[in-house]
Amino acid sequence: MKALRFERSLPRFAAARVAGAWAPGRGAAVGPLRLADIDPPRLPDGSWQRVRPRLAGICGSDLATIDGASSRWFEPIVSFPFVPGHEVVGDLDDGTRVVLEPVLGCGPRGITPPCAACAGRDVGRCTNITAGHLEPGLQTGYCCDTGGGWSTVLVAHESQLHLVPDTLSDEAAVMVEPTACAIRGALAALPLADNGVVTVIGAGTLGLCTIAALARWASPRELIVGAKHPHQRTLARDLGATLVVNPDELRRAVRRSRGSLMVGECTATRLAGGADVTLDCVGSEESLTEALAITRPGGRIVMIGMPGTVTVDLTPLWQRGIELVGAYAYGTESMPDHGQRRTFDLAFELVAEAGLDRLVSTTYPLDRYRDALAHAAEAGSRGAVKVAFDLRKEKERDWL
Amino acid sequence: MSPRPGFVLEVDRSTPPTLFMHGEGFRLEQLPVGSRVIYAPEALPLLRDPSEAIRQALLHPVDADPLPSMLFPGMKLTIAFDDISLPLPPMRRPDARQRVIEAVLDLAAAAGVDDVHLIAALALHRRMTEAELRHALGDRIYDAFAPRGALYNHDAEDPDAMAFLGETDKGEEVEISRRAAESDLLVYVNINLVAMDGGHKSTATGLSSYRSLRHHHNVATMRKSRSFMDQHRSELHSSNWRMGEVIRKAGVKIFQIETTLNNDTFPKPFDFLQKREWEWTARDRMTFLASSKSLARTPERVKRSIFQSIQAPHDLTGVTAGEVEAVHRITTAKVMEQQLVVVEGQTDILTLGLPYIGPYNVNSVMNPILVMCLGLGYFFNMYKERPLVREGGVLIMSHPTPWEFHPVHHPSYIDFFEQVLSETTDPIEIEKRFERSFAEDEWYRHLYRTGHAYHGVHPFYMWYWGSHALEHLGGVIVVGGDPKAVRRLGFKPASTLRDALEMAEDVVGRDPSITHLHAPPLLMAQVT
Repeated sequence: MKALRFERSLPRFAAARVAGAWAPGRGAAVGPLRLADIDPPRLPDGSWQRVRPRLAGICGSDLATIDGASSRWFEPIVSFPFVPGHEVVGDLDDGTRVVLEPVLGCGPRGITPPCAACAGRDVGRCTNITAGHLEPGLQTGYCCDTGGGWSTVLVAHESQLHLVPDTLSDEAAVMVEPTACAIRGALAALPLADNGVVTVIGAGTLGLCTIAALARWASPRELIVGAKHPHQRTLARDLGATLVVNPDELRRAVRRSRGSLMVGECTATRLAGGADVTLDCVGSEESLTEALAITRPGGRIVMIGMPGTVTVDLTPLWQRGIELVGAYAYGTESMPDHGQRRTFDLAFELVAEAGLDRLVSTTYPLDRYRDALAHAAEAGSRGAVKVAFDLRKEKERDWL
Repeated sequence: MSPRPGFVLEVDRSTPPTLFMHGEGFRLEQLPVGSRVIYAPEALPLLRDPSEAIRQALLHPVDADPLPSMLFPGMKLTIAFDDISLPLPPMRRPDARQRVIEAVLDLAAAAGVDDVHLIAALALHRRMTEAELRHALGDRIYDAFAPRGALYNHDAEDPDAMAFLGETDKGEEVEISRRAAESDLLVYVNINLVAMDGGHKSTATGLSSYRSLRHHHNVATMRKSRSFMDQHRSELHSSNWRMGEVIRKAGVKIFQIETTLNNDTFPKPFDFLQKREWEWTARDRMTFLASSKSLARTPERVKRSIFQSIQAPHDLTGVTAGEVEAVHRITTAKVMEQQLVVVEGQTDILTLGLPYIGPYNVNSVMNPILVMCLGLGYFFNMYKERPLVREGGVLIMSHPTPWEFHPVHHPSYIDFFEQVLSETTDPIEIEKRFERSFAEDEWYRHLYRTGHAYHGVHPFYMWYWGSHALEHLGGVIVVGGDPKAVRRLGFKPASTLRDALEMAEDVVGRDPSITHLHAPPLLMAQVT
């Protein structure tokens, strides 16, 4: 089968790191990622099914991996060689369209009894992601046994599959996974976000989905978004932001909204008060520093964007008693009405209601993976949001 | 030889290129044949003996008792004076305010008055620095009064320092400095650079608060002021005059001293900037070339510092003291004598070369909002009877319009530019949606009261100042400005004057009439 495969190769990894630092997304040309004809993954047991991807998104964490910029934290929780791609809508052998919930928790790993998190269906917090009958891998797309979305075939455990209603297009369905991530982050902003000033840093895919989720399940008095590019600003407004500004205008915008004082000189250094909640959808050193500068004492920062190794002065976290909360993946959410909902169920709803299929800007065939990855890495400046691989016309898809 | 009056030149083939001020620089532009260029009258002669003229004004005031007769031991005397926004550029020492206030203080001392306060009447402008106060008043006054807290900046946000005097018959609230209101005599020392200055506006605006100012510093008032430089057709002045009446009825005794300056604006070597181009000497041409070339290679910060250090040679042409309205009539006539130029008919396109300085960026940065205010507020309104440019016409302004703000002086301007103008440039919507929150923002209040920041609401006033022009014009084009900043203002950027004129033709049609207002030196057009 045809697949983009990421192999363990330190020289290539180093080359990708250099190329990616020079031009984001260029790690694909020199790094450990290769378009290859490989054997399809085997089905571990009868509870697994083959999935033929239709669309597979390119996410920020994929790009970080390909550019050699991801944290070494992942080393023991991935297994090589792996086929990337965890934002997937595909077909089962019987033609049923499904969306993949990629976390490889206790269910897919055949672990019984499951860990406490998986028992509570909160798979994102599974404590067994290196155990069981699968090689290590926190998600499909990082595990050598399962394959990934950037190929013509992967295998998925039945607990990972979500049926796609006929009313939902492939473009909408491929947005379900990133939307689920954003929903987890948005719900982590509650209850402070209710009637509060909420700031979202970044208006890429995660940022925009987060805005939609906040508008749907929180009722912020003001939802301020720092967005770099014009199309991001337009989408942010459409999805529910009340104020959209350039990232370098964010501090002043938050200060204005709260009417709070600045600390230090008149030049915007940091705020005396600030936002009740800041959702960092970038995950960089700059964005976290900004979040710490604009969040009020006793406020909360939710990290939705995947951070790497960053150097940040945490004094404000300590001095202002700010909560720093990570929001990885999905599972089961405690809703404002105290009910429990699966994150993916919420994501299906939100994608349809907010029309998030419009965030899929363009697709590429696998053969043009270098163009696709370069485009995804520069999505903002090139007027795009989500870039995905389109596998619907791949010949190899029908051979198996 | 008496100074030559103002002049309207019709450009022909032999006319040399016309000088356009362009921020901290200047450009020579070849205007199309048939264009008109309006030149200011030459500088009026100065008072031969300013000290004696001041003394005479104080001893023989208009419609008021001589100042010495109003001074007595044990009285409370307050002297208020115009702030850093006047004159432009700042004048060489001694400043007119120093000359006048020294004379007043001499009389006060002779009368045994020892409770004297001096207040910079800055309304919602930024507080003056020590250096600026020393420049305006002289070291002797500063050292005598500032150390004991008797010389200070007006603070419109200090509730204990403001006194509510009542309302006008139109419901306008009048609140002024408590010290001024409760003094036995308020002496107001003014510099009338343009016809808008002075009169009741001195006290009713300069010593007032947002509570009062909002009644006339608003879009409706500015749009009903045609123009705000023409007192009798200015709603801004009508409102101030009504407030002046409330102040008078509240028992506040004002002794108004107004001064006028000639329009000798630029010292050597920049004096060629105020000459008519065909009268430039070889030396002027060389100076122009040399300064243009060296400025082109000079970093912006250094250029700004060079220009901001210019001190104008202008000096007193008149001083009048006494009752507010009587004094102001005389002063206004003197201002008109210096600035008025009769112009026949309106124009399709008005061109302006905006200088590096306006009332609100002395020792500071001319940010884009101030560019708008200088062009559409001040220069556009330098008319009597009718605007120079016809309704639906186009205003072309030449200015670099950098996206740059002085963070200490103009903090609320930054937010206004980033957050308000990115939403709308409509003055009415801006006023309705945003004004109150800026005016009552605690951080801006804090910076206004303790730093050197313009009040939070001040950028709104700048925008309102241009609201009559915004309503009147069919388009505004900025030549040589930062395109991003110009677009944020709602205007169109052009790289050259030729491009701008072509763009303007899309609005006003082909073969438009073009008029260039050659200022500074400042002039006021009486458009017949």
